[in-house]
Amino acid sequence: MVGIVSYGAYIPWYRLSREEFLRAWGGFAMPGERSVANYDEDSLTMAVEASIDCLADTDARTVDGLIFATTTAPYNEKQGSAIMALALDLRRDARTADMTDSLRAGAAGMAWARDAIEAGSLSKVLVAASDCRLAAPSSMLEQVLGDGAAAVLLGKDKLIATIEGSYSISDEFAGLWRASTDTFLRTWEDRMVLDEGYSRILPEAIAGVMKKYGLTPKDFAKLVLDLPTDLRRHGRVATQTGFQTAQLQDGTSLFLGVGATGAASGMMGLVAALEEAKPGDRILLASYGNGADAIVLRVTEGISSLGPRRGMKNHLASKKMLANYEKYLKWRSMVAEAPPQGPGRGLISLSAMHRDSRILIGGYGKKCLRCGTPQFFQGGVGYPPIRVCIACQAKDQFEDYRFAGRKGVLFSFTQDNLIPAMDPPAAVGVVDFDGGGRAFLDLTDRDVDKMEVGMKVELTLRKLFFEQGIHNYFWKIRPIRC
Amino acid sequence: MRESIKDKVAIIGMGCTRFGERWDASAGDMIVEAASEAFEDAGVEPKDIQAAWGGTLWTGLTGMTVGHALKLQFIPITRVENACCSGTEALRNAAYAVASGVYDLVLAVGYEKIKDLGSPGVPMAQGSGTPTQVFPQASAPGLFAMLATRYFARYGLGREEGKTMLAKISVKSHDNGFLNPKAHLRRKITVEQVLAAPIIAWPLGLFDCCGTSDGAAAAILTRADMARSFKDDPVYIKALQVAVGFGAGDMRTDYDYTHVEEAYRAGQAAYAEAGVTNPRQQISMAEVHDCFSITEAIVMEDLEFSPRGRVNEDIDAGIFLLTGELPVQPDGGLKCFGHPVGASGVRMIYECYLQLRGKAGERQIKNPKLGLTHNQGGQPPSAAVAVSIVGRDIG
Repeated sequence: MVGIVSYGAYIPWYRLSREEFLRAWGGFAMPGERSVANYDEDSLTMAVEASIDCLADTDARTVDGLIFATTTAPYNEKQGSAIMALALDLRRDARTADMTDSLRAGAAGMAWARDAIEAGSLSKVLVAASDCRLAAPSSMLEQVLGDGAAAVLLGKDKLIATIEGSYSISDEFAGLWRASTDTFLRTWEDRMVLDEGYSRILPEAIAGVMKKYGLTPKDFAKLVLDLPTDLRRHGRVATQTGFQTAQLQDGTSLFLGVGATGAASGMMGLVAALEEAKPGDRILLASYGNGADAIVLRVTEGISSLGPRRGMKNHLASKKMLANYEKYLKWRSMVAEAPPQGPGRGLISLSAMHRDSRILIGGYGKKCLRCGTPQFFQGGVGYPPIRVCIACQAKDQFEDYRFAGRKGVLFSFTQDNLIPAMDPPAAVGVVDFDGGGRAFLDLTDRDVDKMEVGMKVELTLRKLFFEQGIHNYFWKIRPIRC
Repeated sequence: MRESIKDKVAIIGMGCTRFGERWDASAGDMIVEAASEAFEDAGVEPKDIQAAWGGTLWTGLTGMTVGHALKLQFIPITRVENACCSGTEALRNAAYAVASGVYDLVLAVGYEKIKDLGSPGVPMAQGSGTPTQVFPQASAPGLFAMLATRYFARYGLGREEGKTMLAKISVKSHDNGFLNPKAHLRRKITVEQVLAAPIIAWPLGLFDCCGTSDGAAAAILTRADMARSFKDDPVYIKALQVAVGFGAGDMRTDYDYTHVEEAYRAGQAAYAEAGVTNPRQQISMAEVHDCFSITEAIVMEDLEFSPRGRVNEDIDAGIFLLTGELPVQPDGGLKCFGHPVGASGVRMIYECYLQLRGKAGERQIKNPKLGLTHNQGGQPPSAAVAVSIVGRDIG
């Protein structure tokens, strides 16, 4: 039987009070707050975060498939999952695919992954759903959306939940869409798109999967649905399909704390449900977008032995309120900015990035075989490769040593007002890693007033900048959040 | 090192432009200004110069920048670069050429035209970046601020205490710079002003940072045994040492971020070369690389002027004031004279040259015998450091 081996989630540290939209634009503020990806985050870095959470107790080298589900892939022509595979240290022969362009990409990815495992062609497939969508400034949609990610690892052994079945509907209709040239979401008259979309197609899929497997609402402990653009429709689908409101995975707190996270929404709900689940619970996950996917899951005894992870609960509780709406506009590049004074950054070199991709995205350094000193690549004047040991000067006697995933202690730092920064003051620091090795890196997701020497930090993959059509991903230091 | 440079080479003429935002002058203008003063001071003509070295980080490639400006004709001119040590490197290479016996009369000139680059502070993006552009986003103050963060943490200095220690360093340099007509920043400041100034990169504020300036400085060198045929009071080179880091502090957890190993090493080598056994007693004055106040504090310890972790006591005792036991930055230092990168090393030698010969005017130190200069190129924790010692007397 195929099922879920593990789960993980990610919610950006920053939240924006919906009152800020009212302050900026007037009109009406929805209650609560929404999550906002930091300036250096995108759907891919968030998917990596959720995947790291998901693989907390799994050897990444045993994973042989990866699906990146999103409607906001960083590239139109470059596979996000291939970048993720490097960041997650998956095997080179792991199959990677991006499932894009639909809000049900996450659930659809789970269904496709399940079939691949069932067929015997793959054994462990990671499905990571993540989205960071943009609605036009001043639209109500801007308040509804949130940024986030979730991941599930599917396999055959040590399952925490089995997948009992799935059912899929394809429907051309889209209540929300973006043409390939659009930056912002488009929609149609609110009632029509919900009546003909979410409120019609999702119940159809739920009814379809129950009929296919001879199940009734009573057979389920939880019904997990994507968050629609109008929260009222969320509960209504439950009643439309014969479920009790109590069976519905809580959408209100997700709306009040995070928002509608697009392709990640359903899977984030599933993770939240699994966090509360007991062995024997049956869960129905239904995800909507140009049709719908419905998946029936049954929680196993294995759930009680799953190790601790950040998941939804811890990420929800770990947050920093974004000072104002203008910062959000700036971080999403929705306002023009004054160019920095002085000579700009030099050209980024694709050949150098390619040569060092395992260092840059893979988070690898070296460990000296003679003296045992771990050594992290530095972006400074001491340009790689590391060929001569920094401690004993042995030449070319190294083994690969992965720093990504290690924690450490902040040895020194500064917060810099002079250098142009998206989130001033620019913060940089020196980390001494547990187990040895040191690095000088940018700091992110930090509280300006709470920085101190000796604080515990960890590495997080972020986008340093975007230039020449290249997203320059590299690791930064982050004070441990949760 | 097989042999010492001590007393083999003499400086017989020097020149230095006013440092500052020289909107009026190009690099070539300033090279002419500095070199002309040096030619006149030495009593030589440009045509007498047999070889020349130019030190710069950003200003022009090849020796032609110097050759074109001065119309030096078909002599060997070499551009050298070692970040903030570039000026000293020009002088060091020129001195070795003289010491080798190949040349009798050479020119060393350091120059930098920063202010045409349109950047507040030094332009970090050029030269320090890697092809993959992943160097952390920090300005020069930010890179040095990490030394202060760690120094405060290591020695238990609170926010106020640490900032005050650094403030006194800047106040002293402003007092000295006020007396120097060629200095970029000529204004006295108070500790209170320093503490109230905007933070540039925590914990460094505006007055913890040196000026970024345009400028040039030049020296004419000859063999020590020929020096007196040019000038009654030449200055003799006692030591020229450079120590270049290999990036250990970036990667090794045993680096403490409260000292600069390269500065210590270069200092030790220079003391050995010059025969200095007690620097605190024997060095009459020092011009050090006070790009930031914390750098000066740490360098005082690296050069063994103060014991480790205790520079604060010497600052409080006024040791490094113009009237103190060991005046530091008598000309205002990088802080106030300014920091045209390639010019700074030669500018420091210029102040020693004036002081050792009793020509420093209002800021003259009493009876100096040995002057020390120190440049630090690169960013913590990896640097190229030059320490030079010059003296009034042979022996």
